[in-house]
Amino acid sequence: MDDNDLKFAVNNLKVCIDNHTILNGIDLMVNKGELHIIMGPNGSGKSTLANSIMGDSRYRIEDGTIRIDDVELNNISVDERARKGIFLAFQYPVEIPGVSLSKFIWSAQSSLGKNTTLKEFQVMLENGMKMVALDSSFSKRSLNEGLSGGEKKRSEMLQAYMLKPRLIILDEIDSGLDVDALRQVSDMINHLLKNNSAVILITHYQRIIENLTPPYRVHILVNGKIVQSGGYELVKKIEADGYESFKEVN
Amino acid sequence: MDTSFKTVEKYAYSSGRGLSKKLIEEISRMKKEPEWMLKFRLRSYEIFLSKPMPAWGPDLSKLNFDDIIYYIKPDEYKASNWNDVPTEIKDTFEKLGIPEIERKYLAGSIAQYESEGVYAKLKKEWEDKGIIFMDMDSALQQYPDIIKEYFMKCVPNTDNKFSALHGAVWSGGSFAYIPAGVKMDMPLQTYFRMNANNEGQFEHTLIIAEPDSSVHYIEGCTAPVYTTNSLHSAVVEIYVKENAKARYTTVQNWSNNVYNLNTKRAWVERNGKMEWVGGSLGSYITMLYPSSVLRGEYATASHLNIAFGKGNTWKDGGAKVIHNAPYTSSKVIAKSISMGGGTSVYRGLIRINKGAYMAKSHVQCDALIMDEKSRSDTYPHNEIYEPTATLSHEASVGKISEEQIYYLTSRGLREEEAKSMIVLGFLDDVMREIPFEFSIELNRLIKLEMSKMGAVG
Ligand SMILES: Nc1ncnc2c1ncn2[C@@H]1O[C@H](COP(=O)(O)OP(=O)(O)O)[C@@H](O)[C@H]1O
Ligand SMILES: [Mg+2]
Repeated sequence: MDDNDLKFAVNNLKVCIDNHTILNGIDLMVNKGELHIIMGPNGSGKSTLANSIMGDSRYRIEDGTIRIDDVELNNISVDERARKGIFLAFQYPVEIPGVSLSKFIWSAQSSLGKNTTLKEFQVMLENGMKMVALDSSFSKRSLNEGLSGGEKKRSEMLQAYMLKPRLIILDEIDSGLDVDALRQVSDMINHLLKNNSAVILITHYQRIIENLTPPYRVHILVNGKIVQSGGYELVKKIEADGYESFKEVN
Repeated sequence: MDTSFKTVEKYAYSSGRGLSKKLIEEISRMKKEPEWMLKFRLRSYEIFLSKPMPAWGPDLSKLNFDDIIYYIKPDEYKASNWNDVPTEIKDTFEKLGIPEIERKYLAGSIAQYESEGVYAKLKKEWEDKGIIFMDMDSALQQYPDIIKEYFMKCVPNTDNKFSALHGAVWSGGSFAYIPAGVKMDMPLQTYFRMNANNEGQFEHTLIIAEPDSSVHYIEGCTAPVYTTNSLHSAVVEIYVKENAKARYTTVQNWSNNVYNLNTKRAWVERNGKMEWVGGSLGSYITMLYPSSVLRGEYATASHLNIAFGKGNTWKDGGAKVIHNAPYTSSKVIAKSISMGGGTSVYRGLIRINKGAYMAKSHVQCDALIMDEKSRSDTYPHNEIYEPTATLSHEASVGKISEEQIYYLTSRGLREEEAKSMIVLGFLDDVMREIPFEFSIELNRLIKLEMSKMGAVG
């Protein structure tokens, strides 16, 4: 069994906020190195799914399970989930003044039990920053503070690269990126997949998907349920007709 | 037989509780002070009796002046028994990784921390340059004229009730004199000053930086200082002459039975620079507003402070700057953290007097509140009598956010680690200004406090 082996499963997951049901029975299986793409209209519950997997305490699990390697995560703390290899690139990363990006990643690595020497760390950080095209000066800047939308997304990808998670959830990582940034972020995703991380990519756009290395599986999330799963043909259909036809199915 | 032990016992002296004219005469006599000092003490005592308690700020009504021991021979009051030191404080030492010998020093169970070798070498260097650094009681004996010229001129005994009390019963403290043109590259630290008497309840610190000199004076330590005395009322006076630069750094962490009521002030002459850097942890009630009086053109003051109000404590702190000359400028950055039911108050005064042409001041105070039980208040007070002056003020009060904790824990940090990271980030711009060894210790201490809170909450 190598380090990246993964058996991740969401079963019949029902989640609510303020007694309002948002996810209504989600099933999803992800194994080592797989790419899963989740698409769906605004407000359908995509971020809710991502955050429920990560363990955000604002969301309450009503029913169902989230498991990794047959261990149930439902009542496990956020940091413990991270230590089990789950990583979430946030749709809107929060600003943390006075905490530098490099210092944060260094601490996170050691919390995850990934011990590197300072030298190795620096080399890796430099590589990663090149790959996501972040100027090296960003490593000393405060976490997300005053960063543009695109820079925040690059910083999220850099963290994924540095922390080597087994399962990476990317919540609208491509929103607000220009063509170059999209290319760099896609390349990074491909790199991580090649190194056997599994990825759940939440997106609205065909563009990023075209940059990613197949195979992958597409899931359409409408009103808190996965209404259809399949291949690239689903992406084409959304591009042509929007989500209307899927809503009818529901 | 150990005779030295007997000698100590013989001269052991404690004034008993309460204060009287007779006691003050006794203190002065035992110290063999000049007549003028005795007179000064007695006049201060009268002022103390006539002045009301401060009508503002934290509640001092439980402070009973009759229950305080005003004078104990320094060796004696520090020489408490290691076994009497509360376990919590011992634990903190342990966790901070402070060597045993230092722990005992900090806890007051030995009078001095021995490092004679280092000290002797420094002392020689200082003497060669004409620098004087000694305890105040000795300075009064050896340099009575200098002391008489400066003692409680900057902080007069009429300033407030506690400065009056201090004038009556002061004992110990440090005297530092930097001759004109001497720039000290190494900080003066009380830590290295071995001839005793350097800490106490009513210690007096007098620093004179002659023209074109520079000095960095460091006092205190981050480890908790345990004392059975419940009132600490020190006075610090700093004279920054033309073109001179003085920096005063202090970190204090008194045990939580202590009323820490101090008066610290600097007079800054033309083109002089005064920098206050402070960290205030522990104690029961703290009132501390270091002040700078900018007396000559182009004089500047910078005040950086970190206050940590935790549990049943009240931190009332701030800064006071008086601009009395043209082109003077000042900067105040105050950061406070309130947690576990603690209160942190920023109370500041900036006064720009008429004639302080083009004077500038910037005040920034930021508060971070860690939980629902804790609070923070800001009372900035500005008086501008000069139309060409400019003053800017920024204040922020923030609660530690769940979203930030979520973000950091999602990368694997434990909740306490996440919280201390947020706190240290909040303090970052002030931490950068703090001497390295202090910031390292503060770092450790804050992490330790956070982990304690984690265990409780
Ligand atoms: N913290 C919250 N409090 C209340 N309602 C929320 C919260 N987060 C999400 N919702 C609601 O849940 C639904 C799904 O939101 P979300 O998962 O963010 O959708 P998506 O990411 O697919 O756009 C929306 O109707 C949204 O308004
Ligand atoms: Mg979303």
